[in-house]
Amino acid sequence: MPKDFVNLLADLKEEEVIKLTTQRLEAGDEALTILEDSRKAMELVGDRFAKGQYFIPELVYSGELLKQITELVKPHLAQSGETKRLGKVVIGTVAGDIHDIGLNIVDFMLDVNGFEVYNLGVDVPAEKFVEKMKETSAPVLGLSGFLTLAFDAMKDTVEALEAAGIRGKMKIMIGGGQMDDEIVKYAKADAYGGDAMAAVSLAKKWIGAK
Amino acid sequence: MTWQEKREERFKRWLSPNVKFATPEAEKLYKERLTRFIKAIKMEKPDRVPVQIPGGSFPAHYSGTTLRTLMYDYDALKKAWMKFIRDFDMDLYDSAGLIFSGRVYEILDYRLYQWPGHGLPSDVSMHQFVEDEYMKADEYDAFIKDPLDFSFRYFLPRTWGTLAPLGHLPRFDATLGLPFQLLSICSNPDFQPVFKAMREAGQELEKWQVVVGECGQLALETGCPSAAGGMALAPFDTFADIFRGTRGIAMDIYRQPDKLLEALEIVTPRSVESAVTAADFAGCPMVFIPLHKGADNFMSSQQYEKFYWPTFRKLLLGIINEGCVPIMVADGSYNDRLEVIKDLPRASVIWIFEQTDMAKAKEILGDSACIGGNVTAAQLYTNTPQAIKEYCRWLIEVCGKGGGYILTLGSSVDRCDPENLQAVIGAAKEYGVYK
Repeated sequence: MPKDFVNLLADLKEEEVIKLTTQRLEAGDEALTILEDSRKAMELVGDRFAKGQYFIPELVYSGELLKQITELVKPHLAQSGETKRLGKVVIGTVAGDIHDIGLNIVDFMLDVNGFEVYNLGVDVPAEKFVEKMKETSAPVLGLSGFLTLAFDAMKDTVEALEAAGIRGKMKIMIGGGQMDDEIVKYAKADAYGGDAMAAVSLAKKWIGAK
Repeated sequence: MTWQEKREERFKRWLSPNVKFATPEAEKLYKERLTRFIKAIKMEKPDRVPVQIPGGSFPAHYSGTTLRTLMYDYDALKKAWMKFIRDFDMDLYDSAGLIFSGRVYEILDYRLYQWPGHGLPSDVSMHQFVEDEYMKADEYDAFIKDPLDFSFRYFLPRTWGTLAPLGHLPRFDATLGLPFQLLSICSNPDFQPVFKAMREAGQELEKWQVVVGECGQLALETGCPSAAGGMALAPFDTFADIFRGTRGIAMDIYRQPDKLLEALEIVTPRSVESAVTAADFAGCPMVFIPLHKGADNFMSSQQYEKFYWPTFRKLLLGIINEGCVPIMVADGSYNDRLEVIKDLPRASVIWIFEQTDMAKAKEILGDSACIGGNVTAAQLYTNTPQAIKEYCRWLIEVCGKGGGYILTLGSSVDRCDPENLQAVIGAAKEYGVYK
């Protein structure tokens, strides 16, 4: 049954997977087991995205299905449902830019791949990034920006981290519409990721997870 | 008439604008520049590769002011635009109308954008689109039944805050045979602010239009052809960008694909008509079509061929058949779409690419369509003029072969070293001459 569940979710069969979730709960399956299966399914979704079989609609839709399943499962969860996390990643769209679609997809993919994500949202001032990096001691920072004005905002953010003396404690990845390797150099970041799976791979590489 | 004959008529009109040129040289320059551009469209060899720099908000930066100032101070807009046009020797110019009046937005409480000083810091150089579900998932039936009614009573009240009371209107077909039904609106106190705001917006808009008109006139007189014709959106983008948003459209693709497909068919002929009407009015056959959610990494090839291309192709054919010229600016990369989009009449459109592999684009589209683009905002922002010029030289050598090529940017640019834009223009002149 779990294998069916994983495939149904990864194949985005909404009606069937929701029905099966209810059945499993009624049959007394552990809520945590169902969530673990969901995570496996989302890993498949991520793989398919990385291989160019899935695209944005599939990521968004799978996220919606996961949300529905989580809602169903939640009331059955014991309080101590803490899952093991790979490591912390802070992300946010830099100052002056309010685009959040890509940011939220990255958030989602990092989350389902086991990272503890601190999403600071959009139009985030450099000081707020500095503050959060100090507070969490996260080893990875993801800066998102869609517009050309984000070039300077990214650079400013990195420089603020330098000024705070903590730049060396982290790796910084950037992503979004107009970004590329030129902007990595310009903003003094460490790498550019072309999509949400690239963000996951970079975070895994830097955190040393497999 | 065939579409080519209709287009020739339009080209003739474009080449002979209703204007008194400042000097005979200006007239000569105007015709030279436009002929260069028209030949590229027709996949012929012009005297040299035509070059164009999309305006964006660069003229604000270039004249030492902000986008916000240009949106609110029309005299500053005129000054900045004319300086941009005077200093950059291009073959085709954007209209100052690209910088819209911030005052009109404010009077009508525009919800689709945030702009400098209105949701964004005053000194930013762009406005930003606010994605939302301006059409709800369960409103396809309302759209399909009557798109005009949908626009009036659902879409407009959500995009212009001041027009919100339109959402409480009875259906307009109440007036069919009973014209008095319309008057009931006039006595409704909810509508008094709507009428007042519309009147105020109209007066403000007129002030802006006068200045934009003057810019256009001055540009023409000094020999600068304008690219401002009509505008359209690919039917899928109408829904994915504007009506439903990224999340909404992803749901629709899975939950109600048939309704989405039906709605795409319905919007297509309407978009053709409005684009062609605007081109008629402007006296310029170009129809600008920005492309967004059909890019390589947004959807699969199967999805593109099912949801994006069929109605997009119909839209293009509709515009082409009226003698107009669709000019697409494809954001992101379009590598996986090149074979599909080839399926159009030869030399009927222009494709401007942003991050698409230009050598591949030339290889696949080289026999069928004019292409251009690809100098990216990131390059212009970070590279030296020498590096930009070298890159443009490479573009010209690869894509310019045999004609059917325009040297231009992959998107508009808000800020960069002005010398980098001069380097683009310089490259066209130095390396783009056809022998």
